[in-house]
Amino acid sequence: MFILDRRMLLRGTAGLGALSLAVPGGLFAQEVGNKRLFVIILRGAADGLSVAAPLGDPAYEAARGPWLETYADARKLDGFFVLHPALEKVGALYAKGEALVAHAVATDYRERSHFDAQNLLETGGTRAYGERDGWLNRLAGMLAPGGSALALAPTVPLILRGDAPVSSYAPSRLPDASELLTERIEDLYADDPQLAALWQQAQATRDMAGDLASANLRNAQQAGTLAASLMEGDSGARILTLDLNGWDSHANQVGQIARRLAQLDVLLGAFHESMGTLWPDTMVAVVTEFGRTVARNGTNGTDHGTGGAAFLLGGSVRGGRVMADWPGLAAAQLYEGRDLRPTMSLEVLLAGALAEHFALDPALAMRTLFPGRTARAGKGFMRT
Amino acid sequence: MTDAAIALNRFGLGYRRGSPTPDNPRRWLLAQLERYDPVPPELAGRQNGATILTDLYRNIVERRRLMRQGSGKDMAMEGMESAEDMRDDPQLAEVRRNIREGRQVMIADIGRRMRIAVASQAPFAERLVHFWSNHFAVSAGRVQVASVAGSHEFEAIRPHIGGTFAELLKSAALHPAMLTYLDQAQSFGPSSPLMQRRRNRPNVRQGGLNENLAREILELHTLGVNGGYGQEDVREFAKALTGWTLSARRKGRRAIDISPGVVFFPPLHEPGQPRILGKTYAQEGHRKALAVLDDLSAHPATARYVATKLARHFAGDMPPEPLVDRLAANFLETGGNLPALYRTLVESPEAWAPEPQKFRQPIEWATAALRATVEELPDDRRLAGMLRELGQLPWAPPSPAGYDDIAASWAGPDALVRRVEVAERMARNLPARDVEALAQSMFPGALSPKTGQAIARAESGEQAMALLLVAPEMMRR
Repeated sequence: MFILDRRMLLRGTAGLGALSLAVPGGLFAQEVGNKRLFVIILRGAADGLSVAAPLGDPAYEAARGPWLETYADARKLDGFFVLHPALEKVGALYAKGEALVAHAVATDYRERSHFDAQNLLETGGTRAYGERDGWLNRLAGMLAPGGSALALAPTVPLILRGDAPVSSYAPSRLPDASELLTERIEDLYADDPQLAALWQQAQATRDMAGDLASANLRNAQQAGTLAASLMEGDSGARILTLDLNGWDSHANQVGQIARRLAQLDVLLGAFHESMGTLWPDTMVAVVTEFGRTVARNGTNGTDHGTGGAAFLLGGSVRGGRVMADWPGLAAAQLYEGRDLRPTMSLEVLLAGALAEHFALDPALAMRTLFPGRTARAGKGFMRT
Repeated sequence: MTDAAIALNRFGLGYRRGSPTPDNPRRWLLAQLERYDPVPPELAGRQNGATILTDLYRNIVERRRLMRQGSGKDMAMEGMESAEDMRDDPQLAEVRRNIREGRQVMIADIGRRMRIAVASQAPFAERLVHFWSNHFAVSAGRVQVASVAGSHEFEAIRPHIGGTFAELLKSAALHPAMLTYLDQAQSFGPSSPLMQRRRNRPNVRQGGLNENLAREILELHTLGVNGGYGQEDVREFAKALTGWTLSARRKGRRAIDISPGVVFFPPLHEPGQPRILGKTYAQEGHRKALAVLDDLSAHPATARYVATKLARHFAGDMPPEPLVDRLAANFLETGGNLPALYRTLVESPEAWAPEPQKFRQPIEWATAALRATVEELPDDRRLAGMLRELGQLPWAPPSPAGYDDIAASWAGPDALVRRVEVAERMARNLPARDVEALAQSMFPGALSPKTGQAIARAESGEQAMALLLVAPEMMRR
């Protein structure tokens, strides 16, 4: 059997047939050193106004009054915002200056479809379906040849799809296929570039997961530990992405949000702990497709909105602060009379943070990851 | 691929063991539309969704009463998203039991669905059932939907795949499972009689409009996201839909029976004449929403959107434009007559391109593997477990958009490994004779030399079978 070098495979330099078309970042390849990036997408539109509640805004109580009990003993982020109490571990990182909250942010998307919004969030385009690959894949291309990228999922989500070779992995409860069959399959797929490439990538990633290959992704603790283990060591993934579903809180939002945030918190806590000495070189970005309406709807939930919140965490993130040019929640200040008005571009934020993290040229990062915009990448996200 | 292999695999659900090779593939497909049985024996005696929901809500109401007596807390059904958080509350053992029972009903329904698909002599029609069920997706991602997800397909989709799109839409979008899934049961007209009364009683929980169902009907079921509607249309449509609710939630003489499990409750209905896509709807009561749905069904954007999805399902992730045009034109000409649409599809040369056009989704792959090899399916629990591990449980997509229908969403390294693992286990329990002949029947005239060789050279019948089940021919259609 052809002995696979998993490091080579994760970097996509082995003979991967059709999928190993030229790595697009070749020209501006960067030495990424030890830098790691973990992107978590909260699918379904997490309510930023619950995650980091603007208690300092008098209109907040008017809109969300019956739900404020949750925040009675919540951690103050500053004189204006408080953090949802389920985010205990995130709060501790915030206190250490290693978590940054960005508020009133949004992508360029201004309608209210989850699916279009997620498309924009993942492709980095200016309109839905305008780009065919994901910005995280383009980032992997910029980091080549050291930028191996992995989705913690059975298949590769759009954000990571594209020309740069990437892989996906999710622990399975099935017993592994026998070695004998595995060898034969390599031969069976020899003339089929797509299947051959998928098969080789899968074999390589399974080797890396080692003992955690039977971890349960629905268990947040195990998912966080597994994520960290896939990023460990020289051959670990430099870029990892994971989806968390279930944020579309149209009804009885209070309990739903608290449970989801608690899971996110456990996952991030386990990840942080397991990254150990790599933490100073690690950045975690937590993003969602849009925010939710300021007002409660008729079913104790909220509907699709616009401005929301995002997190950056990491040992070198200049955290312990809320970045927001707060637009206010009074009726006249809302976007289309119902949503938190976005005052910061998520693309600008991400391009700036990633440029600083990976030491990329900010202008190049902006135009590669989020093309078609005139805005410049943001700055000041990392401690120097 | 030969025409016979295309008919079996691209249009059908794969070769059924013991069946002859279709000699006239197009006629074979069209004849299935006549042979199709909307209520196969597998579904006989099954409890309907209306009864399941009525029992469930009776339980919830009783529990709320007990809780008010006990701790003074209120616990809504919609709050029971995650059982583990409720471990400590003794009252909530009941909630957990409901969740568990809901899952059991769903698993039994998954068994029914798979048995119907595996044994079917009308596999093209069954594929269409799965297609429409995914177009009008409900998801057990919301726990209260689990017990009625199967009901939705069996009661709202199956009987209507051979009628008009308008009938199918009304049946699917207004089934109790959909009303539950997309929060319609809790949408109250802001100026409805009931809300007006509640305003004077501040201690009573207030309600209001919920746009979820209206939005998803426009975006996902009919016009499509670029179909030319705006936020105001969504809101007006949501108003037209107020009053449509579950019989399990609203009883009494004011509730008007519509269909099993569904009533129209006038006190919730928003008065007035909503204006949607430039047209004013002056109909009374429940007729208002029905009139909107009829108009949406006849809209050119709907024709285009449905044509694109159908073409994508059969003729490739990027469906040929002439095929989409032809299907859309046929849809408009016939007023959304579905059999005419299927016929147009089958008679279109674009759908018979000899190269495989689609990467099989996990359920498609598992169904094809089982059809080719077994008489008796594994028990429901193992079947559901297998589909979950393959990455696609029926009726559990991540969103109301349903499961994706493009290769990029399914052709992942890990997804492939799982198929190999399942195939190896499956092969272990199968009689391993005549695998080469089986391969010829599954892909008549279309088996690659490479696969033929791999099967011939396998070291055991069992290994030959496993290789056949994961061969490139099995992965695409």
